[in-house]
Amino acid sequence: MNSEGDSEARGTAEAVARRSYGKLVAFLAARTRDVAAAEDALSEAFAAALADWPRNGCPSNPEAWLLTVARRKAIDMHRGRLRHETAGEQLRVMAEGLDTAVAESEIPDQRLALMFACAHPAIDAGIRAPLILQVVLGLDAAMIASAFLTSSAAMGKRLVRAKDKIRQAGVPFRVPEREELPSRLDTVLESIYAAFAQGWSDPGGTDVVRRDLTEESLFLSRLVVEMLPQEPEALGLLALVLHAEARRGARRNTDGDYVPLAEQDPALWNWQMIEEAEALLLRASTLGSIGRYQLEAALQSAHVSRRRTGRANWAEVVQLYDALWAVSLSPVVAINRAVAIAELHGPKAALAAMPEIAADPRLLEYQPYWAAHAELLAKAGANDEARQAYDIAIGLERDVAVRRFLEQRQSALPR
Amino acid sequence: MKYILMDYVQEAGWPQLTRDEQIHWLGAYKAYMEAMTKAGVLKDSRGLEPTSATTTVRVRNEKTQVLDGPFADSKEQLGGFHIIEVADLDAAITWAARSPTALHGVVEVRPVIEGTWLTRNILDFVKPE
Repeated sequence: MNSEGDSEARGTAEAVARRSYGKLVAFLAARTRDVAAAEDALSEAFAAALADWPRNGCPSNPEAWLLTVARRKAIDMHRGRLRHETAGEQLRVMAEGLDTAVAESEIPDQRLALMFACAHPAIDAGIRAPLILQVVLGLDAAMIASAFLTSSAAMGKRLVRAKDKIRQAGVPFRVPEREELPSRLDTVLESIYAAFAQGWSDPGGTDVVRRDLTEESLFLSRLVVEMLPQEPEALGLLALVLHAEARRGARRNTDGDYVPLAEQDPALWNWQMIEEAEALLLRASTLGSIGRYQLEAALQSAHVSRRRTGRANWAEVVQLYDALWAVSLSPVVAINRAVAIAELHGPKAALAAMPEIAADPRLLEYQPYWAAHAELLAKAGANDEARQAYDIAIGLERDVAVRRFLEQRQSALPR
Repeated sequence: MKYILMDYVQEAGWPQLTRDEQIHWLGAYKAYMEAMTKAGVLKDSRGLEPTSATTTVRVRNEKTQVLDGPFADSKEQLGGFHIIEVADLDAAITWAARSPTALHGVVEVRPVIEGTWLTRNILDFVKPE
């Protein structure tokens, strides 16, 4: 074994893992519905590749090589586990077309079907996004746990339980029929959005794990659009993720300080991504069904256009928030809407439009609520109240740069 | 796959219905079961006598304890079940959603193990060595 062949083999294996992990898991698990067994077999196949490829050279079709080995491993594992005649049936299903399917250069892409299984309404809503990240992208439980702010052991247990449920309950691997597609697609998009939101809350990209999650959610939303190009909300989500990603670099200055949208330098934005987002949104709008992701992307688009043209468009922004509020009833939307109202009608009107803590006690611990509240109070000249609200916002923020930003705002208040 | 659809309903609600309402509901159940039979998915189906007829039995310290009433005191009670054979969970959920019970109670959908402990190899169900 030479080290050159070794590193070439490693490089090829890593590239295949990055490109095709989910495709291989989906193909292996589609008929048995046993995601855990598919993952185990695949990880053994990758280990075998790292032993074999440096010696014999990388195969011309590494995906097919891995798939063949993984299927043999899966059959071996099943043989070890099942002793009864029912094992015969399972093994037959797995071995079926073992050589024919692999001989074809194209492995059918069933990743979308796999995502629909992971985001099935029968799966606990909180674990759907982590599950997709694991089985479609191959992220490990520790990494997912740290992104979702939970312990690795707890996340691991929940992932195992969800995979057991898919297998035991007979959750199908398939893209739902036309009539139920919109509601089922919702749970898939929601999961991708959850992954995106986790990544987005680390604007500096200093936390490697969470920065990766934005890239992963971009990859996943692109995947959904490729396979369902006529679904307006899928297009909307991709546009939204692209818009957010396009401005990532501008959200921090060279000192690492947080820069709010109004003060960002548009020259630092990724205009190629913005143009792509705008084109997607335009295409979505011709498909005749509006939804929350299109509205959120449209808001991003409005913010970009205001900065590009220098023309205030707050009436349009408030209108979009009104529509978004109507479909989501989310307090987060209400907060952003109030901030936009401040630009249009002043801070007093905005404070009146803020959601009430009495109606939603979760706001007590919601940093953006307190940051927005403080900002509006400061604009209204209620300096003491603003100072208190900043205190709470600072106390709730875990991003150091944002905390520093809030501290600066607070100390700028007139005494 | 085989699934059991368990109908949980509020027993106390039934006597409060008028005779016509009761006839209406039982007609709806009959139609539902006819549809399952026609589709060839219904394997078995039973209604249960009310929980007032239920007795629970335990053996503790070699003594048999017999108690009046159901094991769990809940708002809704198991009133009956259907066993169906369909392709996957989505198909089972579709049938559960058509049940008249889903309109006023809850239908619990649960996979059924193929065969029984008499016909299956029990080693298939224990931890690997």
